[in-house]
Amino acid sequence: MSQSRQYELVYIAAPDTSEEAMADLHAQVEAIVTRFGGTIDATEQWGRRKMAYEIARHKEGIYVLELITGSGDMVKEIDRRLKVIDHVIRHLVVRIDEEMRVANQRTAERAAAAAKRRAARGLSPETSEGEANETTKSGTEEAEVSHE
Amino acid sequence: MSEERGRGSRGGRGDERGSGRRSFFRRRRVCKFCVDKVDHIGYKDVRLLGPFIPERGKIQPRRLSGTCATHQRKLQVAIKRARQLALIPYVTE
Repeated sequence: MSQSRQYELVYIAAPDTSEEAMADLHAQVEAIVTRFGGTIDATEQWGRRKMAYEIARHKEGIYVLELITGSGDMVKEIDRRLKVIDHVIRHLVVRIDEEMRVANQRTAERAAAAAKRRAARGLSPETSEGEANETTKSGTEEAEVSHE
Repeated sequence: MSEERGRGSRGGRGDERGSGRRSFFRRRRVCKFCVDKVDHIGYKDVRLLGPFIPERGKIQPRRLSGTCATHQRKLQVAIKRARQLALIPYVTE
């Protein structure tokens, strides 16, 4: 009934969270995921990072990224639980399957189009090193002047 | 009276704009993402987003950065997500 989708979960734990507490956090997330019949595909520890602004009087945070496959109800539960847990000062769940599908399709389309163009010109479909693209670093000062 | 004043100021502004040679500032602006063939703009890659966030922390408008509509839309979402995770500031004083 419930569809299986891919999500990306990032949560930020307070910097004074102990190793055990972090492991416990991960275990809690995993428990919810398995309870709803989903899977954790990957876990990435970004570690301690300086945050761009203070959250709950903390200047640093411990970032963890989890790639999860599961249902929408699962995400709802994860969301609810992370809100309750005090160590977690911020979290974000993003659905990524649709985005990735579109992006991959774009890439494939472009590759196909390039191969077609090259074939039309009587070249091999593989690209050799083409013209050097000039990287136009837009001068922000200049832009601001024109803006005024 | 108010009409006159209004017209006067408007005329003055128009003259100023005319004198500032616009063609001088015009650069060839191309969408950085189209050039680099970036299909997916993720919120985790701060280095990718960095050039589109001026000092103040606002999102650089399209007319300044030259980003195409499609990519600007994706960029906007990515920046907003990154802000939520404190990877990028909302504002900088």
